[in-house]
Amino acid sequence: MKVSLKWLEDYVDIKLAPEELAERLTIAGLEVGNIQTIGSTWDNVVIGEVIALNPHPNAERLKLATVNLGTEQVTTVCGAPNISLGQRVTFAHIGARLIDAHTGETILLKSAKIRGIVSEGMVCSEKELGLSDNHEEILVLPPEAPIGAALGDYLGDVIFDLDVTPNRPDCLSIISIAREIAALTGEPLRLPSIHWKELGESIDSFVSVDIADPDACPRYCASLITGIKIVSSPGWLQQRLNSCGMRPINNVVDVTNYVMLEYGQPLHAFDYHKLKGRQIIVRRAGNGETITTIDGTKHALTPDILVIADKEEAVAVAGIMGGLDSEVTDKTDTILLESANFNQATIRRGCSHLQLQSEASIRFDKGLNSELPLLPLKRATQLLLELAGDRAARGIIDVYPGKSEPKLILLTAREVKRLTGLKLNIDEIRKVLEALGFECQEGDSGSQISVSAPYWRGDIKCSADLVEEVVRIIGYEKIPITRLGSPLPQQESQLSPVAQQSNIKEKLRNILPGLGFQEILTYSLVSLEKLQKLSPKLELKIPPLKVANPMTREQEFLRTSLRAGLLSTLAHNQKFEQAGIRLFEIGKVFLPRGKDLPEEKEMLCAVLSSSRLELSWHTDKEMLDFFDAKAVVENLLNQLGLKASFNIGDDEILLPGRGANIIVEDDKVGIVGDVHPRVMQAFELSNNICLIEIDLKKLLTRLTRTKEYHPISRFPAVTRDIALVIDEQVNYRSVENIIQSFPLVTQITLFDLYRGKQIPEGKKSFAIRIIYQSPSHTLTDEEVDRTQEQMLNRLYQELGATLRD
Amino acid sequence: MQEQLKNLHAQALDELGQVHNPRELELWRVRYLGKKSSLTKMLRSLAVLPLEERRKAGAQANAIKRALELSLEEKGRLLEEALLTSPLESQGLDVTLPGRPLSTGRLHPTTQILREICSVFKNMGFQVIEGSDVEWDYYNFEALNIPQHHPARDMFATLWIDAGMGRKARLLRTHTSPMQIRFMERERPPIRVIVPGRVYRYEATDATHESMFYQVEGLAVDKGITLADLKGTLFDFCRCIFGEERKVRFRCDYFPFVEPGVEVAIGCLVCDGAGCRLCGYSGWIEILGAGMVHPDVLARVDINPELYSGFAFGLGVERIHMLRYGIDDIRLFYSNDLRFLRQF
Repeated sequence: MKVSLKWLEDYVDIKLAPEELAERLTIAGLEVGNIQTIGSTWDNVVIGEVIALNPHPNAERLKLATVNLGTEQVTTVCGAPNISLGQRVTFAHIGARLIDAHTGETILLKSAKIRGIVSEGMVCSEKELGLSDNHEEILVLPPEAPIGAALGDYLGDVIFDLDVTPNRPDCLSIISIAREIAALTGEPLRLPSIHWKELGESIDSFVSVDIADPDACPRYCASLITGIKIVSSPGWLQQRLNSCGMRPINNVVDVTNYVMLEYGQPLHAFDYHKLKGRQIIVRRAGNGETITTIDGTKHALTPDILVIADKEEAVAVAGIMGGLDSEVTDKTDTILLESANFNQATIRRGCSHLQLQSEASIRFDKGLNSELPLLPLKRATQLLLELAGDRAARGIIDVYPGKSEPKLILLTAREVKRLTGLKLNIDEIRKVLEALGFECQEGDSGSQISVSAPYWRGDIKCSADLVEEVVRIIGYEKIPITRLGSPLPQQESQLSPVAQQSNIKEKLRNILPGLGFQEILTYSLVSLEKLQKLSPKLELKIPPLKVANPMTREQEFLRTSLRAGLLSTLAHNQKFEQAGIRLFEIGKVFLPRGKDLPEEKEMLCAVLSSSRLELSWHTDKEMLDFFDAKAVVENLLNQLGLKASFNIGDDEILLPGRGANIIVEDDKVGIVGDVHPRVMQAFELSNNICLIEIDLKKLLTRLTRTKEYHPISRFPAVTRDIALVIDEQVNYRSVENIIQSFPLVTQITLFDLYRGKQIPEGKKSFAIRIIYQSPSHTLTDEEVDRTQEQMLNRLYQELGATLRD
Repeated sequence: MQEQLKNLHAQALDELGQVHNPRELELWRVRYLGKKSSLTKMLRSLAVLPLEERRKAGAQANAIKRALELSLEEKGRLLEEALLTSPLESQGLDVTLPGRPLSTGRLHPTTQILREICSVFKNMGFQVIEGSDVEWDYYNFEALNIPQHHPARDMFATLWIDAGMGRKARLLRTHTSPMQIRFMERERPPIRVIVPGRVYRYEATDATHESMFYQVEGLAVDKGITLADLKGTLFDFCRCIFGEERKVRFRCDYFPFVEPGVEVAIGCLVCDGAGCRLCGYSGWIEILGAGMVHPDVLARVDINPELYSGFAFGLGVERIHMLRYGIDDIRLFYSNDLRFLRQF
């Protein structure tokens, strides 16, 4: 809401500088976003009257204008097409600071010779004065503008742009803001006095009002003015509307807008003669009913929408916009002026239904009080009689089915202290509330007051609301600063599932960067296309949850895995670097559960690509492979105290035969492997890419067991290397399992894998280092030999493995 | 004799100077200190001299012997040292060559700043809990005093899963505040928690708006908690995050689920209050919203608002990081360009 300082000063004396006032308002909850000073540079600009216009001797388009400045007359060259005799104009003396119409920069006006004639100063356009971008025409002031006066005194102003919160629709009015200032500064508030002579016939003989839906329209007030002459509004009124960002239209519309800005109550003027049947009915629209609003749009209405109707049809969408047919025109001579109250939710629904908004609906949408309409109606009627009409019908229509009694709220100084820590006495509290228009009565005890909120403060419902009023006016800076003194809640056990879940995420975040992985965080919402690309067959395994009103196609579905985010991010970054990029994300995936909230599962997903190490002078560019990714998984799980095993996996994102399931204690907790080439193609990825995915919840259920401690043996270890020749089909794990089953074996290391000429075809050779150690004694050679012999026997019998010669 | 000993000593030292390796040193030892060396011979031949002379020459010869032994030891040490370092010295390194690459990653800047924020509040006794991203209308709005058609819904442009289903409609939470209700439904005061998490808005993205960002919600409820405690808590927080000298301002603001409501701003990090583009020439930068938990909210979860009071706050995470490093585009966070991520 734009607010003019000059206008505010009609209602309250303001002694603070504009910046200081803005700061006080901001702290009290009315945030001033911007302060615009109009006319701060107009020190050499005055108001004058054009008293003579003569053609320029040397230029057809230019004129010589003589301007009366009161104490002197000056003649100047002027090229504006709209200059004419008798106009009040603005005249800039030499040395005035103006905006250069061409460059937009501030310049000092100099004496100039234009086509042979010396021009001492100039008549200004709005652009040159910094008022608008209009440079085609000069600014013409209203006829009452005082000749010789400094323009700054006449037109200068400060405009505050206020950010009004939804709870304070009353502050979409100048008077309410003036009241806030009055309360903040201790100055009295002056309200307009309203009176006029009722000369016409009784309003009841003109029109009757019927409210068919009192819940949607708790009150409908109206007045009627005859002898209307539609003309432009006087300058002062136009200026006020302009300063608040509204365009002047004609005297009637301008008065309704002026009073809306002044009081916050939207008003609407109907051309009385266009209303059929001398009747106003406030009702729900019928199915199939239509209306063309004053913006020229035709709307199909539904019973959700409240309308103002005459005997035959809807003439306005209640609280939102008037109808074109009953609009005030140049020919209007009688108006019915509406000031009504409409239910907030009804208006809101109507706006969203019709996709329509107006200055009126913005106010009704936030909830106005049904006590409000009468006074602004009277104020507007008075102004219309002054500026547009001849006489007002006697009386005012006031149909008020929805009157409610104001509620009393009890407040004590103790309550203020309990909620804010600020110690005030009841008189200080009372003074603040009364300045804001609250009525306070002494309660049962001396320390208590019984407060009723003024009607314009529909937001005040409980004592906490009153406490806020008190502290925001006294000033939030007066609130003391203390530290929480209340006892600490019982701390959660580190072994609880919640703590463990958060711990495991943090642990993984600590480990992965050390293994070369950059953490990324990607959007929870993805496109359908990306989810489909994850499958080589472009299928969706889990139908994802869809957002009903997505902002873009890119963010339409809740991710069911982290894979798409990682692969897209990898593709993006591969454009800039080819070396080995490693990325991981820990985050939620969303698995639908019918109409219920989805399961939100914490997952880890990581990708490794391209070379094992960055390109450097030390090493060749060695490409990484499955075993790099597997090592990461083993390392991670090992650091968490878990041991993983792996079997051939069948997840479709992985290349068949090059992917594995990660098994912890017989449970599949994730996958690791080479990404399927078709998926890589779909994501426009290059090079070799491995992917790791781990279900953190599953991992967590395996973590609950505490780690086992084994004492370190004091006795020496014995190292033996063996080379086994074995069928190609036998996997390493079955060899390892047999070796590991011997209690004396403490460590097994595969240090070579050979296939080639030196062994038979279809065979491979494992070279394995085995370390034997006993916790209880020094091993003898015989003991180790015996164990190894048993081991080799089993390897031969169960797997057909033989020692290599 | 004396002259002879003197010359011998000089000659031995001279030759020791020519020794370059342990083998030569051994030869030198044999030559000058060995059983067949002239010094040993001379010492043996002393027996034939008169007592006085014998004593004098003996002392001299022994002194020379000890001196040579010391020189031998010294030379041995020098040779050993030379042996360890000289091959390396001759192949001196260009220490300016790049080191052998190690793969290292970093945490996402949001994670980094979240950890920092959480640790400040943890030190004040707040526990960290998490909530779900997809919520019911009831928890995101209605239970927080924002019923259907409430004008404050305009403050939260919402991404819906179900449209027009009332309180059983699912949505992407627009703030972390639903966890206030969920936590208070199951726990009783004293309550002191923070809730970090993702929130979503139906919003066209630009340099200052994202459709997804992180918030940290705070909630403390007990007997006797005041707005002054909130001020103390948040002033402490701002001091920890933005430094001792940073100015902090409390002003009245509106959030339907708190009363009184507060907005916290810090003195602009660029202009320090003088006014600049970052702060919109106000000198202040808003960083979080807060207030005293609304009595209706407490009553809704069966906590008596006449006995208990509490405060809540919600702060935007990325913004803090942006302010600190002068980042002017929030979209950088979740486009995950490594050239951005690796700077933090």
